[in-house]
Amino acid sequence: MELVDPFVFRLTVFVLAIFVGYYVVWSVTPALHTPLMSVTNAISSVIIVGALLAAGPADPSLSKWLGFAAIVLAAINIAGGFVVTQRMLAMFKTKPKR
Amino acid sequence: MPANLAALAYLIAGVCFIMALRGLSSPVSARRGNVFGIAGMIIAVLTTLADPGVVGYELIAVALLVGGAIGTFVALRIQMTAMPQLVAAFHSLVGMAAVLVATAALYNPAAYGIGSAGDIRLASLIEMSLGVAIGAVTFSGSVVAFAKLQGIVGGSPVVFPGQHWLNLALGLAILAAAAAFCAEQSTGAFWVMTALAFVVGVLVIVPIGGADMPVVISMLNSYSGWAAAGIGFTLENTALIITGALVGSSGAILSYIMCRAMNRSFISVILGGFGGEGAGPAAGAADKSAKPGSAEDAAFILKNAGSVIIVPGYGMAVAQAQHAVREMADALARNGVRVRYAIHPVAGRMPGHMNVLLAEANVPYDEVFELDDINSDFRTTDVAYVIGANDITNPAAKSDPQSPIYGMPILDVELAGTVLFVKRSLAPGYAGIDNALFYRGNTMMLFGDAKKVTEAIVKAL
Repeated sequence: MELVDPFVFRLTVFVLAIFVGYYVVWSVTPALHTPLMSVTNAISSVIIVGALLAAGPADPSLSKWLGFAAIVLAAINIAGGFVVTQRMLAMFKTKPKR
Repeated sequence: MPANLAALAYLIAGVCFIMALRGLSSPVSARRGNVFGIAGMIIAVLTTLADPGVVGYELIAVALLVGGAIGTFVALRIQMTAMPQLVAAFHSLVGMAAVLVATAALYNPAAYGIGSAGDIRLASLIEMSLGVAIGAVTFSGSVVAFAKLQGIVGGSPVVFPGQHWLNLALGLAILAAAAAFCAEQSTGAFWVMTALAFVVGVLVIVPIGGADMPVVISMLNSYSGWAAAGIGFTLENTALIITGALVGSSGAILSYIMCRAMNRSFISVILGGFGGEGAGPAAGAADKSAKPGSAEDAAFILKNAGSVIIVPGYGMAVAQAQHAVREMADALARNGVRVRYAIHPVAGRMPGHMNVLLAEANVPYDEVFELDDINSDFRTTDVAYVIGANDITNPAAKSDPQSPIYGMPILDVELAGTVLFVKRSLAPGYAGIDNALFYRGNTMMLFGDAKKVTEAIVKAL
C-alpha cells in the first residue's frame, strides 16, 4: 500500500484539535474568559520547543542567538501567563469569609 | 530519546493543554486545569531538552532563568485593572517568538531536520511563511493594542482615506513576497515579507477604537495561536500543532462572542472607525433635564430597597472602584438588601474583565450573573446601580432603529424601580450617542468619580 505523507497526519491532528478547541472553549464559563486568554497565552508559548532546538547546537551561530532570544520571550510568557492565571483563579470564591 | 517516544510525550503535553482549557468550565475545576497546563509545558520542554540535537545547555539555562524571572515578577506585580494591557503584551511576545523561530529555521534548517540551508522542502517553506507572517502581524498589532490600552497613544480610531486599499495592497505584496520566498528561498524575500507583515499589523489595529478592544484582544489571541500552529507544522511537532489549533479557535470564538454582544459583524469591527468624533451627534440634549442626586439621597434609596443589581463598566476599572463597590454591597447586605451584579459581555476592555475585578474585590462569583441570566430580573428589582457603564444600558439599542447601537443586546436597567447612574458628566459614551436613560423620571444621576461617589454612599449608609 502507498504510504501516506506525514504532513497529512499532522493536518489530521490539526483539524481534530480545532474541533476539540471549538467544543472545549464554548464550555468555558464567561466569567473565566480573562483567565482563558491568559492561559491560552501561556500554552501557546509551547513554541519554546522551536526556540530550544534553534539554541541547541554547541557551535555559536546566528540561529543559536535567535533561539536564545526566542527562549527568553517564550519563558516570560510561560511563567507570566501561568502565574497570573493562578492569581486570578485564586480570587474566584463562593462564600465571603465573614 | 527515541523519536517515537518524544512524539508520544508531545502528544501527552497536547492533551494536558486540552485539559487546562477544559478546567475553565467552572471556577472550581479551573485551578486544577491550570496545573495540567503547567505539567504539559514541563513535559514539552523536558522532551525537547532530551533531543539529541540539543547540547548547549548553558545558554538555554540562562535564557530560561532570565525569561522565567521577568515573567513571574511582572505577573505578581501587575494590577488586575491592567490585565488587558498585560495580555496584549504577552500576545506580542508569542508573535515575536514565532518570527524568531521561523528565522532560525531559515538560517539553520538542519537543526529542525527540514533540509539544509538553501535547500529546504517546499512544504516547510510554505509553513514557515505562514508562521512568520502571522507572527509578525500578531507582534506589531499587539504592540499597538498595548499602547492604546496603556494610554501611550490615544484610544480613538485612526482613519485615513484609502486605508483599506492600502491594507489590501500590502496583503497582496506579502503574498507575492511569500511566493518568491517559496520559489527561490531567498532571504531577501523572507525579510521583505516579514517587514510588510509588521506594517500590516500596525495598520490593522490603528483604526479600531478603545471600546472595540475586547474584539481586538480576542482576535490577536487567535492570531498568536495560528502563528504557533504554522511553526508547529514546520517543526513537525504535535504539541505545538494541537496548542496552536486550540488557541486559534479559542480566540476566534471569543471574537465571535464579543461581536455578537455588540450586534456588529466581525468585518465591521476590523474595518474600524467606529466611535470616532463624527459618529453621531449628541444633539437634543439641551432641552432635556437630568435629575442629579447626592450620595445621601442614593444611600437612602439603596437602604430602603429590597433588591439591588449593580451594573459595572469600564469606568469602574478606570476609577479602581471595585473595592468600594464591594463595601457598599456588604453594607447593604447587612441591611437585609439582596445584592447581585450584572455583567454585559463587552463591559470593560477584554472578555471577562469585570468578573476578574469583582473577584479581586472578594465578591463571591455566585452573586455575579451574565446578561442572559439576569436581564429578566430588572423588572422586579428596586434599584439598578450603574457604575462606569453607559452604552450597554442605552434603551436606544431597542427602540431607535437610527441609533448606531440599534440591535445590540443591552441590560434592561430602565425597568428597575430606580436607576442610580454614577457618571462624571452627561457626556455620551463610546458610541458617541446620547443615553435617553439619563433623562427618565426614574433615573437619578450621581455625578462624580465612580470610586469617590461609591465611598460617599458607603459613609452615608
